[in-house]
Amino acid sequence: MRRRAPIALLAWGAWIGVCVLVILQARFTADLSAFLPKDPTPEQELLVQQLREGPASRLILIGIEGTDAATRARLSNALAERLRADPRFTSVQNGAALALSADRDFLYAHRYLLSPSVTAQRFTPEGLKAAIEETLSLLASPLGMLVKPLVPGDPTGELVGLVTRLAPDSGPQTRDGVWVSPDGQRALLLAQTRAIGSDTDGQESAVSAIRQAFSAAVQGTGGTGGGTVGGTAGVTAPATLLMSGPGVFSVSIRDQIHREVIRLAALGTALIASLLLLLYRSVTALVLGLLPVVTGALTGVAAVSLGFGVVQGITLGFGATLIGESVDYGIFLLVQSRGGQGSLSDWTLRFWPTIRLGVLTSLLGFAVLLASSLPGLAQLGLYSISGLVAAALVTRFALPYLIPSHLQVRDLTPLGSWLGRLLPGARRLRWPLALLALTAAIVLLSRGDDLWSRELAGLSPIPQADQELDGRLRADLGAPDVRYLVVVTGRDREQALEAAERLSAPLDALVAEGVLQGYESPARLLPSRRTQLERRASLPDRAELEQNLSAAVADLPIKRAVLAPFLDAVEAARTAPLVELEDLAATSLALGAESLLLPLGPACDPSPVAGRSDPSCDRAWAALLPLQAPATGPSALTIDANRVRSALARSDSPQARFLDIKEQADRLYSGYLYEAAWLSLAGLGVIAGLLWVALRSATRALRILLPLVLAVLVVAAALALVGERLNLLHLVGMLLTVAVGSNYGLFLERRTLGGQVEPRTLASLLVANLTTVTGFGVLATSQLPVLRAIGSTVAPGVVLALVFSAILARGEGGPTAPVRSPIGRTEP
Amino acid sequence: MGRLAQNPGGRVSFTERAYISILDQPVESTGELVYIPPDRLEKRTFKPKPEVASLQGGELSLERGGQRRTLRLDEYPEAAAFVESIRGTLAGDRAALERTYRLSLRGTEANWILVLEPRGLRLSAAVRRIEIQGSGGQARRIEILQPDGDRSVMDLDPTQGPSPRP
Repeated sequence: MRRRAPIALLAWGAWIGVCVLVILQARFTADLSAFLPKDPTPEQELLVQQLREGPASRLILIGIEGTDAATRARLSNALAERLRADPRFTSVQNGAALALSADRDFLYAHRYLLSPSVTAQRFTPEGLKAAIEETLSLLASPLGMLVKPLVPGDPTGELVGLVTRLAPDSGPQTRDGVWVSPDGQRALLLAQTRAIGSDTDGQESAVSAIRQAFSAAVQGTGGTGGGTVGGTAGVTAPATLLMSGPGVFSVSIRDQIHREVIRLAALGTALIASLLLLLYRSVTALVLGLLPVVTGALTGVAAVSLGFGVVQGITLGFGATLIGESVDYGIFLLVQSRGGQGSLSDWTLRFWPTIRLGVLTSLLGFAVLLASSLPGLAQLGLYSISGLVAAALVTRFALPYLIPSHLQVRDLTPLGSWLGRLLPGARRLRWPLALLALTAAIVLLSRGDDLWSRELAGLSPIPQADQELDGRLRADLGAPDVRYLVVVTGRDREQALEAAERLSAPLDALVAEGVLQGYESPARLLPSRRTQLERRASLPDRAELEQNLSAAVADLPIKRAVLAPFLDAVEAARTAPLVELEDLAATSLALGAESLLLPLGPACDPSPVAGRSDPSCDRAWAALLPLQAPATGPSALTIDANRVRSALARSDSPQARFLDIKEQADRLYSGYLYEAAWLSLAGLGVIAGLLWVALRSATRALRILLPLVLAVLVVAAALALVGERLNLLHLVGMLLTVAVGSNYGLFLERRTLGGQVEPRTLASLLVANLTTVTGFGVLATSQLPVLRAIGSTVAPGVVLALVFSAILARGEGGPTAPVRSPIGRTEP
Repeated sequence: MGRLAQNPGGRVSFTERAYISILDQPVESTGELVYIPPDRLEKRTFKPKPEVASLQGGELSLERGGQRRTLRLDEYPEAAAFVESIRGTLAGDRAALERTYRLSLRGTEANWILVLEPRGLRLSAAVRRIEIQGSGGQARRIEILQPDGDRSVMDLDPTQGPSPRP
């Protein structure tokens, strides 16, 4: 044995070096992709792509509160001005008339290509007369003053028609020239970043640019406001900045994960180290006991980095699960052997096989996570498996050679003996335990489906308060989350647009039938080239138009000479270039067009031919047509999916798909939950199988598993009673409870000849349990719901697992267990 | 102004003639104005085309030909100037009027003329002057002059419309 020491230690040192090297190269992320599916359906892919890089992912919603309305308006304008000059933003809107007039100029300039009223009929004498009459009648209305300057160039009222059609039904209100919330207490802005939503660094830079611009604006407008406008006496709150949106969330989540991981690791390590120091009364023993943990953690991170290419921040958070178990190995070694070389080989012989079986059980528990389609869970599985193997190997093959011969660890035999005397008493609690388990089962059954959280939001690490702020700002801006969509794809942008245009007939019919309130279409903002060409071709030449116009205005009160600009405009439009997506860039319409018309799939490489790169490559494009549910009536706020689907199927774009995003997201989550349930059951089955084979007795395997299952049952019932809705991470927590808790059962099962559990074994179990509870208990304090769910399940779970195992352990009068180690001898 | 402010609401019929330079003849329209204190004003036009324009709070909505469009006055200062002046006068809301106009009143109580001249440059581009003639607590004629010389004259006839107390 001694002869092997240097090799084991050398190998260990080399291993640590390799791990550190791998970790130094590792890429860490902290976005939400840990909880997005690996193998999505096309709909999910669209959804996920939208979440990660769609135009909506680049939006930052900004609110300004405090001070008075006039100061807020000035701050809004000053902030917008600074951000517009910042290359990190592609668009900044705050409702100022400037942006609106840019839109109107654009629509006016291209009115004969954009307006759906432009047909050949429109320019016949009858068509012109009807259109001009309508415009003249507007002159007498309150809109007259707006319309009057337009009449000479646009007597058919194309601009008025376009503005009316594109006007949002529920845009934000304007006060003092800027957008405000309905109660007038917040000024509102909408900024679009150049960086895509999943580029967290880019988003962080944009978020801090907004903060800086805001404080500069506050200083620029004379302090924090209050009393700057005459008459408003009294104390006003200083101006405050509110921000929300996908990018803001990903930045704050990354910060939070970063903080949490450091806090949890520090707190967990500190608590466990203090506990061990108190017990061992030896710094050397403490350091030795932590070596398997450190090795395991390094191995785990290195393995995830190699296996997945990228390490999720949240996986490191789960690392506490590893601390909780791998620290146990050192405890078993140090407490059971009491240190000192003499008893080490004895420990190896007597205890190692049991530990090895415990490690195997845990490994199988974690291994089923590898099959999860959630990258986050799969990473947790790999991290734990590799970490545990490394920790166990270090404990078995390296640690014994590092323990100095003079090491004195406090003898915990008295504690163990005391525990031993409690054991017979514990057995009297069997009936109360049965009653407790029955109660728990009744509680769980009575909850039925309410027990489970059915919404993807349950996994979201975004704090409730931030989600509420987001909802408030969205409602203020009249930009609620889109729930219903029709999606149609084309081989390129034009095909997608043409397909969207073909959908207007069936959708208009649905609006007329009251199935829909309305819908949006990218083709309204940017008609397809084909449609634009048709419109352009329908414009008559100058001679014909002059003739028709003269006939049209013969009976109208308007002077014919006034309309000369109209003739010029139509003549110019006959040869004007078509409107392209890029032409919208200077207007606020670009935002709408870009979010409704998008390329699919990952960004493609530029053309391999040097010097030639087509920005659109050969990507397929999708047109999105958001649908609005009727606000009132029998089907208020919901859309009859079947009617929409059958209308789409009968349309000229039968490949168009109707999407209910909430339903998709919840179905995605139900899939996860279903999968997690299956994985947990599979894990339980595999562990049961392993115990059966290793112990060579179904009864003994059951005896070990029963208390664990009961512990899980009671914990789940307790969580349900305190009002927690269980999600899939609770399920994972239950699986971990079984995997970790099985170690206790194995040791309690293992007896000496006298039918008694050795006092030191008992003491080591208690200590190991305490450290595990500490590790997971720290997780339960996390702000991140995913970590809290696991912590709050496993921490109480392992305590109950130990207690229940003790209660249900075989009494002294039971059949004697074989003394030999459970899975045979391995050490000569 | 005080008398106007006591206006209990009601309706008057109107005849409006808009003199617009690009047109050969004035556009004449008739209908009724309905004022519901404190801030709702409806202009219901019967001829030449049925149309209802209603102003409430900061929104102007226009219904014609089965279509309804809503404008926010903040975004259309020109339209705002016009309707605000009528509403402000009918409501006797001197403070509201004085924010945007210089007011001058001449004549007797039985036959007065209130002249509103815009204060701001932006508004001056849309309105040169608004003259309101009235008698006692009742406005009789509203004349709006635009910078380009176009004008509209609206005669109000309280005896024509039934005026139920709201």
